[in-house]
Amino acid sequence: MNKVHYSGFKVLKEALTGHKGWKPVWRDAEPKSSGYDVVIVGGGGHGLATAYYLAKNHGITNVAVLEKGWIGSGNVGRNTTIIRSNYLLPGNEPFYELSMQLWENLEQDINYNAMVSQRGIMNLIHSDAQRDAFVRRANSMLFAGAGAEYLEQDDIKDRYPFLDMKNPRFPIKGALSQPRGGTVRHDAVAWGYARAASDLGVDIIQNCEVTGFNINNGKCLGVETSRGDIKANRVAVCVAGSSGRVMAKAGIKLPIESHVLQAFVTEGLKPVLDNVITFGAGHFYCSQSDKGGLVFGGDIDSYNTYAQRGNLPVVEDVCSGGMAIMPMIGRARLLRSWGGIMDMSMDGSPFIDRTQVDELYFNGGWCYGGFKATPASGYCYAHLLATDNYHDVATEFKLDRFLRGAMIDEKGVGAQPNLH
Amino acid sequence: MTRKALEHSLTCINFDMIINHPLLGPRDSEEFVYLGSADLINRPNWESETAIEDFHEYQYIRENVAGDNVELWYHEQGDQSWLVVTRSTLTHEIKSVELASDYAKNNGRSR
Ligand SMILES: Cc1cc2nc3c(=O)[nH]c(=O)nc-3n(C[C@H](O)[C@H](O)[C@H](O)COP(=O)(O)OP(=O)(O)OC[C@H]3O[C@@H](n4cnc5c(N)ncnc54)[C@H](O)[C@@H]3O)c2cc1C
Repeated sequence: MNKVHYSGFKVLKEALTGHKGWKPVWRDAEPKSSGYDVVIVGGGGHGLATAYYLAKNHGITNVAVLEKGWIGSGNVGRNTTIIRSNYLLPGNEPFYELSMQLWENLEQDINYNAMVSQRGIMNLIHSDAQRDAFVRRANSMLFAGAGAEYLEQDDIKDRYPFLDMKNPRFPIKGALSQPRGGTVRHDAVAWGYARAASDLGVDIIQNCEVTGFNINNGKCLGVETSRGDIKANRVAVCVAGSSGRVMAKAGIKLPIESHVLQAFVTEGLKPVLDNVITFGAGHFYCSQSDKGGLVFGGDIDSYNTYAQRGNLPVVEDVCSGGMAIMPMIGRARLLRSWGGIMDMSMDGSPFIDRTQVDELYFNGGWCYGGFKATPASGYCYAHLLATDNYHDVATEFKLDRFLRGAMIDEKGVGAQPNLH
Repeated sequence: MTRKALEHSLTCINFDMIINHPLLGPRDSEEFVYLGSADLINRPNWESETAIEDFHEYQYIRENVAGDNVELWYHEQGDQSWLVVTRSTLTHEIKSVELASDYAKNNGRSR
């Protein structure tokens, strides 16, 4: 059981005593010279969740999370916070559904308010063919217990009068809805997992960049870092957009390209959009934050990059997608835009696997959909690291699946990462 | 906008968006379609003993360079030529541009 740090009583007490009693929520640890059972490289959502589930589910607490900057400085703090389990393929859907169930209990589990909001997600449909495809997907979701609903035009129109239902090119003909989908406060996910892991004994070591791997006779014995060498019985890489750069240091090439995804937020508006909405004829998705800003995004920039910023043509593309379904967005002023580096895999699906180097494990290839996967990714990666067996819902995420012809290509676009 | 902010955004735009086409001069990268690394020019030999592994490597495994990347861009909304662009994946700065046919010939191909 976690220590209970937060309660209504505590908030009241602190309010009356000048908020002097709050403490840092996790220990800022130094690397241990004796080494670790497991060293996790990358303090994003997935690395921190992995550490937490290693400690909680498997009792492995001699664990360090090494983060080159500060935790949450990567994609976990940059995404548009959408969670959903509305995938089609059997290799994916049970995994994302496990993630959804873990989200549903996360706050109780780690006693941290991550603002998990199951406000629903609505994928708009613009053609008859698309309706067929989405109904097929809905059936796959129902099989996995994820829940799915089909919304008629009238249901949508009544709820969202600002939608351009009769857009001449992309009329809205219906929608696939997953009422359990929604959003989560992304930073709180990093902080909450960090605190829960730290409480169980995990060392979270920030400003500690992994610069190399200590590999002897095909076995990984530890890592070289900007703060010295650290010994480890097992090393678990989990660096999202930096996957290619980091694994190259172990001499491993991946079926992954790095691309930039941009996101945008408008000035705060009164409540208008009470769920997540996605455009089906272009790439645009949008939700409204609790502060009122419309948070939205679209396609990646389409060329390989490690620079955390994108270009104007995609800004125009994303905004015109928004204008096509909700022209009112044109009246809102854009407050900020930013970018994060995506680990785009060759079939759009992730990896949770061993590598050809003994005791070196890899988690990555999350593309732009890894935030929703955070709990299940940590859960299944911890399972693999602790037991050396793949978790039942993560048996397909292997690195050699292209050689075996067993790709999990949701969109069916092939090995063209900038189109996934 | 402060001068610093203005200069910053101008560098972003200059570095990012202009491809100096060898025949047509400076063009907005929006006119192009990006394919990927220029390694894709070197198709493996299908008759080789190791063809399966070679094609797997060719099709699915990536160098994913952090630094200067040699890559293929197709001038779809222009003269429909293929270009080989050397561009930094760290800054987006474009270092050189040549016709893919020239690049292939310089690398020992007949065409
Ligand atoms: C703009 C944007 C919008 C997105 N929207 C969504 C969304 O709506 N829904 C969704 O499900 N997903 C979304 N994603 C994707 C999601 O954010 C990522 O897939 C996910 O966060 C990746 O896992 P992570 O949290 O572990 O990554 P990160 O937070 O990036 O963690 C990786 C960490 O590794 C560290 N690192 C790198 N190299 C080293 C090294 N050498 N040594 C030590 N540490 C290192 C990095 O500093 C970083 O902190 C979005 C992403 C972006 C950028």
